[in-house]
Amino acid sequence: MMLRAEQISKQYFRRTGGANYFHAVKPVSLELQPGTVTVLCGRSGSGKTTLLHMLSGLLRPTEGRVLLGETDLYALSDRELSQLRNRFIGVVPQGRSVLDTLTVEENILLPGTLYAAPDRREAAARWMARLNIEALAQARASELSGGELRRTAIARTMCAAPDVILADEPTGDLDDENTALVFACFREAAAQGAAVFIVSHESDALQIADRAFRMDAGEMNPL
Amino acid sequence: MKTVSLALRNLLRKPGRTAALAALTALLAFSVFGGSIVVRSLRHGLDSLESRLGADIIVVPSSAQSKVSFQNMLLQGTTGAFYMDAANLDRVREVDGVALASPQLFLASLKADCCSVKIQVIGFDPETDFFIRPWMEESVSRELGELDVVVGCKVEAEVGEIIRIYDERCKVIGRLAATGTGLDTAVYCNMDTMKTLLQAAEAKGVSHKVSSGDSDEQVSAIYVKVREGCDIGEVNSKIQGHTRKASAVRTKSMLTDVSDSLAGISSTVTLLIAAVWVLALVILLIAFVMIANERKREFAVLRLIGMSRGMLSGMILKESALCSLAGGLIGILLAALAVFPFTTLIETSLGLPYLRPETGVIVTTGLLALAAAVGIGSLAASWAAFRLSRVDPGTVLREGN
Repeated sequence: MMLRAEQISKQYFRRTGGANYFHAVKPVSLELQPGTVTVLCGRSGSGKTTLLHMLSGLLRPTEGRVLLGETDLYALSDRELSQLRNRFIGVVPQGRSVLDTLTVEENILLPGTLYAAPDRREAAARWMARLNIEALAQARASELSGGELRRTAIARTMCAAPDVILADEPTGDLDDENTALVFACFREAAAQGAAVFIVSHESDALQIADRAFRMDAGEMNPL
Repeated sequence: MKTVSLALRNLLRKPGRTAALAALTALLAFSVFGGSIVVRSLRHGLDSLESRLGADIIVVPSSAQSKVSFQNMLLQGTTGAFYMDAANLDRVREVDGVALASPQLFLASLKADCCSVKIQVIGFDPETDFFIRPWMEESVSRELGELDVVVGCKVEAEVGEIIRIYDERCKVIGRLAATGTGLDTAVYCNMDTMKTLLQAAEAKGVSHKVSSGDSDEQVSAIYVKVREGCDIGEVNSKIQGHTRKASAVRTKSMLTDVSDSLAGISSTVTLLIAAVWVLALVILLIAFVMIANERKREFAVLRLIGMSRGMLSGMILKESALCSLAGGLIGILLAALAVFPFTTLIETSLGLPYLRPETGVIVTTGLLALAAAVGIGSLAASWAAFRLSRVDPGTVLREGN
């Protein structure tokens, strides 16, 4: 399914010397096609994460709309949007996003257990093996390193086999070897039909991009 | 993994946090259950005393000491022996408005070789008695013979056992049901047995101010039932004027003293429970807010992977309910361990009738205490749940990166 943003923007109220509104993301339109990897580069604070959150249904745009297929995300109720995100949109957020109270395997299986979904244990085992964390299946998140936590979060997203994958700085905690591994996984997901959107302040991700953009002071331009 | 299962894991895998929250609800359940059981036991004891006395007026020797001794005997089970002229019994019966009047004679045994235990012995007249006989009929099937006794439930003697009172061998033919009053620690016999025991006591040199060899001339108390339709206060005044060296006490006024003490204790316990409630609610609210802040990112992640606001609130409330349930059960168990094995100690220190309520009442009180613990835990958590479900996950996920 395609994810499409139509002229979405985000303004925040911020007391400044002149205007009181700060344009975090200026009006932008974007299509994330199934089977493609789109990469968005840009410096920290340029509005990349804000755009990703708007695309994922987590942050309502000030203007414009986000459509998954023909469904306007922000016209849905919270319950409908949550269920849609669970089923079709996989998000790898920045920083720590693994639950301490669960094991690695439980974390990976968690999205599939919130609503009625087929058993994903086999897929979880496959993605853990793919991301070299199968030995950590029963380890608690509090026992993992930053890189292991990152790979667990990616495995959680991949295991759900979403139509759209939105990854925010997915290789931030990883060494070169694991960075390459993660990029290969994203490519594999795209090959299986997912629309992949990667946000990164580094240019490494460009190597797997079908399309690339640059964000600068809230404005997005093709690279 | 359903939200309840996730809630359970969150609780089990953060034992320190769970124990702290459970301890607060345990404290709450402990105070509610323990306090309520003590108050209910006192009330039950008073009800029991009220129904057991069955008399409208009790006539005792007029000395202040005898009145105090009589009240202590009834309430705390202390021993006492005081006497007045038996002619007072006829005088009481002559008073207009008296339906029934029955005498009792008291004797305190000794803590000595001649006696098995130090107890209060109460002699009554089976022909006129309306106080002990109805109570006895619940557990003793035959009439009391010479040197037969029945014992209160707290007297350490089994049915069929022989107990020695001033070296007289008395056979225990029955055990009375609990009243929660001092009557539970007494031994009851008929007047013939009492005469024998008084003579035996005299022989041991224990003076009971009874004219030698004829105890019929003395009585310790006269229980009076007023005729239906007569004013008890009026009859009481008439008795007062008609008897010599005796005081007529309305049982209602005696019970009012007990009832007033009970009301005082009840208010204190209620206040303490209320204070614990307020304190627990405030601490729980603070704890939940702190925990909510600490777990903001965790909840943002749950929203990210598709948990709706409702599901998230539900999970927080389930966590709180499970934790409060465990804490509540522990609190009730601890309160039961603190209150039930120490019934005698509580009764002695309060100096009031104290009778454990029926099992149904205990179970109901326990369930209410549990509901209170779960309710207050959920109340505190619902505020945190509401706040957290409104938090913007996007903003939270950006924080701290």
